[in-house]
Amino acid sequence: MAVSCARYGLREMFLGGVRSLDELRSRLSIDGQGAEIDARDLVHKEINDLIREAALSGARKITLLNVCGQRYIGTRLFLPHQDGKIEIHVYSTPGNDLGAFLAGHRIVVHGNAQDGVGNTMDDGEIVVHGRAGDIVAMAMRGGKIFIRDSVGYRAAIHMKEYTGKVPVLVIGGTAQDFFGEYMAGGIVILLGLNLKPGERHHAHYVGTGMHGGVIYLRGEVAPHQLGKEVGVLELDENDRQVLHQYVGEFARHFNLNAESILDDRFVKLKPVSKRPYGRIYAY
Amino acid sequence: MRSQISERYLPEKDSQACGLFGVMNTTGERFGGEMAINAMINMKVRGNGLGGGFAIYGLYPEYKDYYALHIMFERHQLGAKEIVDEFLADHFHVVYDEEIPTNKKATVLNPPVVWRYFVSPRQYMEEGNNLSDDEFVVEKVMYINTRIDGAYVFSSGKDMGVFKGVGFPEEIADYFMLDRLYKGYIWTAHSRFPTNTPGWWGGAHPFSILDWTVVHNGEISSYGTNRRYLEMFGYYCTLYTDTEVMAYAVDLLMRRQGLPIEVVSRIFAAPMWDIIEHMEPERRELYKTLRMAYAPLLMNGPFTVIVAHHNEMFGLTDRIRLRPITAAAAGDFVFLSSEEASIRAVAPRLDLAWTPPGGEPVVARLHTKDHLASLARAV
Repeated sequence: MAVSCARYGLREMFLGGVRSLDELRSRLSIDGQGAEIDARDLVHKEINDLIREAALSGARKITLLNVCGQRYIGTRLFLPHQDGKIEIHVYSTPGNDLGAFLAGHRIVVHGNAQDGVGNTMDDGEIVVHGRAGDIVAMAMRGGKIFIRDSVGYRAAIHMKEYTGKVPVLVIGGTAQDFFGEYMAGGIVILLGLNLKPGERHHAHYVGTGMHGGVIYLRGEVAPHQLGKEVGVLELDENDRQVLHQYVGEFARHFNLNAESILDDRFVKLKPVSKRPYGRIYAY
Repeated sequence: MRSQISERYLPEKDSQACGLFGVMNTTGERFGGEMAINAMINMKVRGNGLGGGFAIYGLYPEYKDYYALHIMFERHQLGAKEIVDEFLADHFHVVYDEEIPTNKKATVLNPPVVWRYFVSPRQYMEEGNNLSDDEFVVEKVMYINTRIDGAYVFSSGKDMGVFKGVGFPEEIADYFMLDRLYKGYIWTAHSRFPTNTPGWWGGAHPFSILDWTVVHNGEISSYGTNRRYLEMFGYYCTLYTDTEVMAYAVDLLMRRQGLPIEVVSRIFAAPMWDIIEHMEPERRELYKTLRMAYAPLLMNGPFTVIVAHHNEMFGLTDRIRLRPITAAAAGDFVFLSSEEASIRAVAPRLDLAWTPPGGEPVVARLHTKDHLASLARAV
């Protein structure tokens, strides 16, 4: 009984009822290089179809209005035969996996973001004027992400880098547990701007399994909050240049004073081994 | 005793990636289902149409002193209803009963017959077992669920009820006409994406015993251990899904043993030993004791739950938050959801939106601001 119900009841929740571009064209207005999309009650494929249509029509600044929970915004925009990158402004609450696989474009969120911001992003920039959920910058392999407030669990999980491609994540607030988990590359900066004087970061298991890349922390953490795979180091001149550049960019995005942020003490977390679990299954 | 139980397949476990939503008015004012229904529509991609359901509190003010039994009968076994009617007449005063009205035009598949009974226990002196009314009801609900084929109790609390089935949540709401017929001061809702066990009407969420309801996203991989422990206390799992253990565990710890959720959350989502090691001595002792005394009720695996009973609604995730939760407040309303966007879809002007760390409950209680306690370590 139960199993036959399941078989007949299954429905398509992603693509069921998706409308064609022709049916949706009234949602899109293009004015030269600018475009506007009314996303109210659209599903994610419809929004991305419209963004792609706007981009192919020559729009370079696309504003999305009434976004509320639609996923994967900004994906499917690999446009090798087009000149110039696109800037997408999102009002107000994008859904999970914002900017997944992002191909060099720029996304600005005027509100909070959910889980999976910049999932496997390739290049470009994401700026969030609010907080973000779990797994920010998961498997990110290039580009930059700036989050004004705090982030949830497992930010920068398995972020990676290869030769010249080094992803950057800067977070203005604090983070929850497993920050930088299994990190394999890239630069992560956690500023702790919303912590009270004397308040430590709350995250535990910071850098658990980390085997590449670097985390810069402003604000205090106790040694037991760190994973076994990271060591704490003082900054050198090269680190200061890196911080100067990316904290400077962060401050410009959110109208803050970079100098006063940089005046405070930072520490650097680096992995102690490139293969922390290399011997786990070896006899 | 178990040998007399009908042949039913007892599942090993279940896993899901579902959508959860809860809203409460902390002044106790009752409101309609629009917010809960529209929030689930906003999160449609979190379910696959194989289960949706709602729990409503403050549902039956005109019968608030009676246990409201919502009982489902499978259509190919309608004989079960006669057996249940007889059973109820033997053990309860049934003050009113009727078929729950439904919209025949709704797009749902194979709906069972769902009946509601308002009852008060009829305990015979000669039975001499001196059960409290609540215990008596639990025992009878377990009897129906385990002994009467084709009948399952959806809910059995006072002034509340569960409506659920196979379909997207908005289809279930349409079928039971929730937006037109009912009001409550707490609404919780669930959209199901079953992966390990079948989608069927009894297996939809919320799960309930007395007036406890649970909606759950995740997979309780400790199900076997939890189930065997609960059987020692007379709770039998029959509904083909892991969430059931959570409902019974909450009833055992909170109603029977009187523990507050602030303690129970540390049993279900106990902190790791190395975190406990770094606590101040008094807290360390408490957390150690809880882990040792209640090890069989540790809920392992990824989960988020929203649990409700009269006057209270709380949200909790597993200790390393492998499933999402967002809490929000707007005026007298407190919201819990799998996604912030679904809250903003139904309440665009929020005072606050936040996410506590894994294992830390968000507790909304009538006439309090207790939900703000979870802000301290939230992001």
